[in-house]
Amino acid sequence: MSLSRRGQAGLAAGAVALALLPLLGDRFWLQFAGKAMITCIFAMSLDLLVGYAGLVSLGHAAFFGLAAFLLAGLTNQFGLLNPAATLPLCLGGAALAALLIGWLSLRATGVYFVMVTLAFTQMLFYLFSEAPGLGGSDGIYVAERPRLVVFGRTLLDLGDRIPAYLAIWTALALVFFFLYRVVRAPFGRVLVGIRVNEPRMRTLGYPTRRYKLAAFIIGGTLAGLAGYLDATLYGFVNPALFGWRQSGLVLVTVLLGGKGTLYGPMLGAFLLSLLEHFGERVTPHWNALIGAVVMAVVLFLPGGLAGLLREKHG
Amino acid sequence: MTLSLFALQLLNGVEYGLLLFLVSSGLTLIFGVLGVLNFAHGSFYMLGAYLAYWLAERTGSLLAAVLVGVPLMFLAGWAVERLAISRLYSRDHLAQVLFTYGMVLVFNDLQRTLFGNEVHGVATPPALAFSLPLGMQSWPAYRAFTSAACLCVALGLRQVILHTRFGMRVRAGASNREMVAALGIDVRLLLSILFSAGAALAALAGMLAAPLTTVYPGMGEGVLIVSFVVVVIGGIGSIKGAFCGALLVGLADTFGKVLLPGVSSAMVYAVMAVVLLWRPRGLFGQPVEAR
Repeated sequence: MSLSRRGQAGLAAGAVALALLPLLGDRFWLQFAGKAMITCIFAMSLDLLVGYAGLVSLGHAAFFGLAAFLLAGLTNQFGLLNPAATLPLCLGGAALAALLIGWLSLRATGVYFVMVTLAFTQMLFYLFSEAPGLGGSDGIYVAERPRLVVFGRTLLDLGDRIPAYLAIWTALALVFFFLYRVVRAPFGRVLVGIRVNEPRMRTLGYPTRRYKLAAFIIGGTLAGLAGYLDATLYGFVNPALFGWRQSGLVLVTVLLGGKGTLYGPMLGAFLLSLLEHFGERVTPHWNALIGAVVMAVVLFLPGGLAGLLREKHG
Repeated sequence: MTLSLFALQLLNGVEYGLLLFLVSSGLTLIFGVLGVLNFAHGSFYMLGAYLAYWLAERTGSLLAAVLVGVPLMFLAGWAVERLAISRLYSRDHLAQVLFTYGMVLVFNDLQRTLFGNEVHGVATPPALAFSLPLGMQSWPAYRAFTSAACLCVALGLRQVILHTRFGMRVRAGASNREMVAALGIDVRLLLSILFSAGAALAALAGMLAAPLTTVYPGMGEGVLIVSFVVVVIGGIGSIKGAFCGALLVGLADTFGKVLLPGVSSAMVYAVMAVVLLWRPRGLFGQPVEAR
């Protein structure tokens, strides 16, 4: 994650532009940017696993979906609206699931790890699509959005567009700085060491499996945060949140943007969102267009979009 | 469950497993020998099914469709390998996943453009449009024919892999590709043939399945994911493993639907998770040291 001066300036300019977006007052673009920023959080949380720890998970959507469904359950069944209660509960649920799934999946390595993580998210997908008590394949609405009420005064209502948008912006900024610190801390350096040469790290005395599990839990919890925000933005959850398509798409987002950079996955998230939006208008073959862009990036930009930036600016 | 119902489910499970084997044998060889994680493998299955529908509509015979379609898909596989896949041999698995994911999007669009979004039925060949009595139940003759055909292909594949010079090279390639190349064998040709054969086998599976499952958009992706499960259960690069894994998955899926209707689709993945937790490199996978 070596970003040049100009790259940093670009990042800051992008953040300011996104913060000022509500001033435009355009409903569509506000939701569009909100969704793209949620994807940024989701993709960065996977980047910690793929790009730093070298853990390619094809089941990252499990935690995204679980937190989203947990919010729906807490709101609809228990009438819990206070984000100070629902947010820790949803993130805790995601973290617990990540502990369990990670503990089991990390027994396998390489492609086998990829497939075990996929197996878990597919199991959740089918569980939530087929079990009647959990909404079924049509999904369920989140009856009311989280809102923070203190002494009868509403401090934050995530049902309102602009506060919800600003909450997502804040979450993205916090997650970025958190992960930025994590990957530069000794912990992050150990993860990179494990990716490059795990036997050596083990020989040096690092309990590598515990480090990988910790990374898996952090990544899963942050994916849960993205899922929580997604459920508040749309007020609707369905089992597709778990599916392998969702898991595959976020992996593609990370790789397209450039793994192991944190800012790369954000570029990937915005590029894919924009391609999807404008591609749909320009040509009925927009899916093939995205496919062609993805293939071209693999062939000509091995480091993803982030590699392009790094080469250009030094 | 009565005995005849049990027998029926057993036969259906075996039949589904054998079809899966056609897809996953190619997938496991392509991964084991070429070292490419091919997400576009399911697209060959889908294109095969659509080709069967289109050709059967034109010629009026599924047999003719298979005889024309399989060589066509072999050539298509050849072109894809030469033009695209061969550029990925030196890249890591993530780049391959990303690239072949892009290919899936392009193939899906191709299918949509050529054949539209509708679900199409393909008629069972009239000669096989009857049922075999099975106690209180009856089993469609076409399913019996499909199973027999897949079994023949599996036996033929075994013969080729174990008892021909080509098969010997494939096995050698699966354990050490550089060494095979160093011995003066044209690995490039070997890889092209292998990839094309895998594509043709997947397409054949799609063609045989077309009258059973109908032909619909996205049918390749479901099969792809299940085939990955099969390959991983069996152990990557192992044909024997793919065969056992395919039967295991076929039976787990079929019996899961009868015994645990609420969670049946999760069955397959639960089986995989259990197998991998017990043997982290699949049933017949080689340990890391041996590779």
